[in-house]
Order: sequence, then structure tokens, then C-alpha cells
Amino acid sequence: MTSSASPAPAPKPPRPTWVVEGATTPWTRWSEVAIRVSLQLCALLSVVTTAAIIFVLLDNTVYSVTGGGAFFQRAEVSVVDFLFGTEWHWEDDKYGVLPLVCGTLLVAGIAALVGLPIGLASAVYLSEYATPRLRGIIKPTLEILAGVPTVVYGYFALLFITPYLVKPLFHGLLGFDVETFNVLSGGIVVGVMIVPMVCSLSEDALRAVPRSLREAAYALGSTKYDVSAKVVVPAALSGVVASFLLAISRAIGETMAVTIACGHLPQVTGNIFGPVQTMTAYIVNVTESEVALGTAEYESLYAVALVLFLMTLVMNVISRIVTRRFREVYE
Amino acid sequence: MTEYPPTVVPSPTPPAVERPSLQGDKRESGWFRWLCGGAAWSSMLMLMLLLASVAYLGLGRLSWDFISNFDSQIDPSKSGVLAGLWGSFWLMALTVLFTVPVGVGAAIYLEEYASDDWFTRMIQVNLSNLAGVPSIVYGILGLTAFVRMFGLFDRGGTIAEMLGGQVQAVRVLGVSIPLPFGSAVLSGALTLSLLVLPVVIVAGQEALRAVPASIRQASLALGATKWQTIRHQILPAALPGILTGVILAVSRAVGETAPLVMVGAAVFFRHSPGGINSPMDAVRDPSSVLQAPFDDYTALPMIIYNWVKFRDYQEAAAAGIIVLLSCLLLMNGAAIIIRNKYQRGTSR
Repeated sequence: MTSSASPAPAPKPPRPTWVVEGATTPWTRWSEVAIRVSLQLCALLSVVTTAAIIFVLLDNTVYSVTGGGAFFQRAEVSVVDFLFGTEWHWEDDKYGVLPLVCGTLLVAGIAALVGLPIGLASAVYLSEYATPRLRGIIKPTLEILAGVPTVVYGYFALLFITPYLVKPLFHGLLGFDVETFNVLSGGIVVGVMIVPMVCSLSEDALRAVPRSLREAAYALGSTKYDVSAKVVVPAALSGVVASFLLAISRAIGETMAVTIACGHLPQVTGNIFGPVQTMTAYIVNVTESEVALGTAEYESLYAVALVLFLMTLVMNVISRIVTRRFREVYE
Repeated sequence: MTEYPPTVVPSPTPPAVERPSLQGDKRESGWFRWLCGGAAWSSMLMLMLLLASVAYLGLGRLSWDFISNFDSQIDPSKSGVLAGLWGSFWLMALTVLFTVPVGVGAAIYLEEYASDDWFTRMIQVNLSNLAGVPSIVYGILGLTAFVRMFGLFDRGGTIAEMLGGQVQAVRVLGVSIPLPFGSAVLSGALTLSLLVLPVVIVAGQEALRAVPASIRQASLALGATKWQTIRHQILPAALPGILTGVILAVSRAVGETAPLVMVGAAVFFRHSPGGINSPMDAVRDPSSVLQAPFDDYTALPMIIYNWVKFRDYQEAAAAGIIVLLSCLLLMNGAAIIIRNKYQRGTSR
């Protein structure tokens, strides 16, 4: 299956794990085993982390084992209203998560519209067109862009994109009613934020397409455009789609830029020039307002986080399935 | 011999058909090239715009006072980032302390010990899933597990009941350790450690994988045990790669804001952890170094986030961003230097 030419190693006979190479004294033998076990525990910690995240979210949302009370166990909250309610006003005990989901999806949608095409086009440019020298300039730029803290992107959206880009263009030129906190600016910066990720993952996929495919296409008289757009990208499609899904998952989970730029008004809307509240922004806002422990509002935090966690998890899992299932394997 | 008349082979005349399609293709190709190039360079443009807008607002505000002053809730022109710098420093130091042993240990286990069974595969899948979990979810985990400790020490909590009443803090070696940890540096550092652990593990695995198998075999053939081989041969060879990964992961942790908001980094805070405002303070009072991880704190990105919300503080926020980006640039620069040195070392 894989391109590496080395023959498959013969299956090793099973060997008891307590046999330690080179250990001559009981002390060495014992310490070798102890080291092995402690290293294994380190590796296990990542599993414990996942389990802890799931436990904490479920414990405070669905059913409380630790006795603190869970969100869905409250009298004023019903699961159906939470999942399908279109109003989120914690003041009158209205917890319908759809406004928050709507805000999140609007931002992620705009980010996808901005980030995915730019990311893919940059990847095509880097893998098919760019000379090594240009590559040496663009690659580090993208790495720097990926390393900029998200709070800086939030600042950029609020103090540059909104007043100098979105407002003049959509308010001054097209006459829309653009507010200070709007979905569009947040979406644009989140889009810029996911470009490096899409670009680097897609470029890896494009580079994995074998040279012979490109040469065959050129031999048939294709132009560079034909080769890039009709041969290489389709051949690497599974990798490209996987990178798209990961990027959208990242956009959904993005917090600071969205909290700063998109406002705090939970509403089901399609207006990208007004404020919304994303799930992540809601979590931050509730924490900052220092809500008392044990209230429904405090526990709603975990419920929203659970929805967020599940959404990103599903995207990540689909992304992995796409890479696994639909990968074209070339010799 | 017969003379043959020179034969004239008629050269095939080119078909008199126009090839408009090729020309069209060429134009289309050029258009596509410009489109992709434009997309690639637009990232550069965005970075330039970002840096320019930050520099435009922030450079005038930047001064030594800005770095050596505490935050001020009253006067934006006197506010500074000292507490945030020290808070971020302690977060970083503790995060390194936690992630390096655990992350490298996990990487060693996965690369050197683990056989390809369901357990290993589960850990690998789990690692890539963890890398995709939003940072704010880690923040919620930190809030529950470290800041509040599942409410075990609250009034009526399991451990509090066992000890009789509410527990505030315990004193160990003259250091008062709050229980639960509350919004101490330690809570933040533990949360950030969990956040960057997958990154460190994956980087460590790649570095270990790059060590040639011959080194392993030679060491084992000389009679070294597995751990001796790892400790004296493989780890030194993989060290630059591991170090690069750790620096990159930590620089990501330093820039994170969302988890810190969740685990209670303070705003308008006028106190450095342990009361250490300069390296000399630590020398004068060494016990403050032990107290620092259990103190309340604020961090550089947290200060910036707080300032962005106020119109009067926007210049200060820009200056804070310049300080933060400079710190990150230093760290990334160090990582790049280490990587380049290493790459030259192996290619020789």
C-alpha cells in the first residue's frame, strides 16, 4: 500500500515483556521495568485528559455524579428547549442554544469562505508554481501568521478591519447598516487565521501526488493550469477536504477574536453586519461576569461547552475518516 | 553500384489548422497562476497590515515605563505590563516544568516501547483528537479540575467533610498552598500544560523517529539496556528536535488567552507572583520563589484582552501587543536557530 519499498518484516515471535535486553543485575532489571511503566503512565495521561474533559462536561450538563447538580437536572431547563429553543435569555430562564449555534456557524461560514479558497490557492501556488526562493519567503510568513496570538487578531478585527475595511466598503459604498461589533469582521480575521493551517495541510497532500501523474498530464499536452486544477488537486482531494474540515473545526472553536469583534447579543439572524454571540464568546462572557456557583446560568456554561466540544469532535472525526477512506494510494 | 538519385523527402507540412484552444489555455493558465500567487501573497499583505496597524497605535506608547509599571485602572497613560510579564514568565516556566518530562516520556514510550496494538492506536487517535479540542474547553477543564477541584474542598464537599469543615489552605515548608488551587499561577500552568501536551508529544515523536536505527542497534549490540540506549544515545541525538518542539509549544501557550480567562487570571492586577518584580527580588528572598506558583496572577495576553475593551486603553493595548509579539519572536527565533544548527549538523 505505502510507497516505501522495504519488504514487510517477518512477524516477530511473541516475547515476554519482562525479558530486558542487557540487564544483568536484579536492580537494572527492576529499574528497566519501572521506567517502562512510568513512561507508559505519561502516555496514558493524554487519555486521562480526554476522559476528564468528557467527564467534567457530562457531569455538569447531563447527570451529576459529584453532587454539584447538573444543567439538565434542573426544573427550569428541558433538553428539548435547550436543543431547539430559539431564545437565549438567562434572565427569564430561556435556554435555547440555537442563537449561539447560529452565531458560531455564521462566523465559521464567513471564515470558511475567506480562508479555504485562499488557503488552497496558496497551497497550489507553493507546490506547483513557486520557486524555492519565493517559497522561502511565503512559508515563514504563514508560520508567523499561525503563531500570532488570537487576542491580537481580535484587536486587529475591532480596530482595523471594522473601521477601515468593513465600514467604508459596506456602509459607505453599499449603504448597509454596519455596527461596531459585527459578524463579518470576526469572520474575516478567523478566515485569515485558518489560512496557514489549510495551506500547510493541503500543500502536504498536493506534494504527495507523484510526479509521474504530473508528467503524464504534461505529455498529453496539458497546460500548467490543467495539471494543477484538473489532475493534482483532484488526486489530492481527500487531503484537501480533510484540511478544510480541520480548519472549520478550528474556526468553530475560535474564542478570543470572536469575543472581541462579534459582540454579545445572542440571536438567530442572517445579518452579518450586526452583532451575535458565539458559543465560545458566551462561555467567556459568563465567566467574566462572575456568576454565582450553582446557578443555572453557571451550569449552562458546561452545556454550551459540551455542544461546542461535540461539534468540533465530529468535524475532526469526519476529517480523519476522509483521510483514511478516500485516500488515493499511488505507487 | 547504382547511383540513386537524391531523394527529396517531402517534409510534412504543418496542418493549416489554427490552435485557438492552446492560446486560450495559455491565457487561462496565466490567469490561474496570478490567482494562486495573489492568494499566497495576500497572507503577507495581511501580516503587514496587522503589524502596521499595531505599530501605528502602539509604538508611541512604548517606553521603559510601560514595561516597568504596574497596570493602572485610573490613568491609561501610566498603565504598564510588569505584572503581566512576570505572570506570563511564571506560567511559561511551570508549563515547561510539567510538559517536558511528561511529553517527552510519552513520546519515548510511543516510539521506543509501544507495540502496535489497540492501546497504542487508541493513544495516537486520542492525541490527534486532543489537538483539535478548542482551547476554551481546556479552560473549562482547568476551571473545574484545578481552580475548583470538583468542589471537593468547598463547604459540604467530600474532602472538606472528611477534614471537618471548610479547608482554606495548607502550609508546606513555609509556603501556603490554597486548596482548591483557585486562581493561582499553578492552575493556569496546569491547564496550559494539558493544552500543549499533544503538541509536545507529537514533536517529540517526530524527533525520536528521525534518529537512525543504526544508533539503537549499535548501542544494544554493545550490551546496553533499553533505557541506557535511550538515555545516552537516542535522547541526545533527538534533543534539538525535541527542544524546537517544546519552544514552539510554549510560545503557543504564552499567547493563549481563552483558558486564562476561564481559570481566573486577574484584570487590572498590581502584583507579580511571589512579589518578585525583578530578578534581584528572588535573590534577596528565595522563599518567594516557592510562593510564586500559588499566588494570584495576570498574564500579558490577559492584560491586552482587558485593555482592548476600553477605548482609552487602545494605545496601551497596541503597545502590549508589541511586547507580546516581541517575546514570541524571540522564542521562535531561538527555535529556528536551533533547528538550522541541527539540520546542518545531520547533513554533514
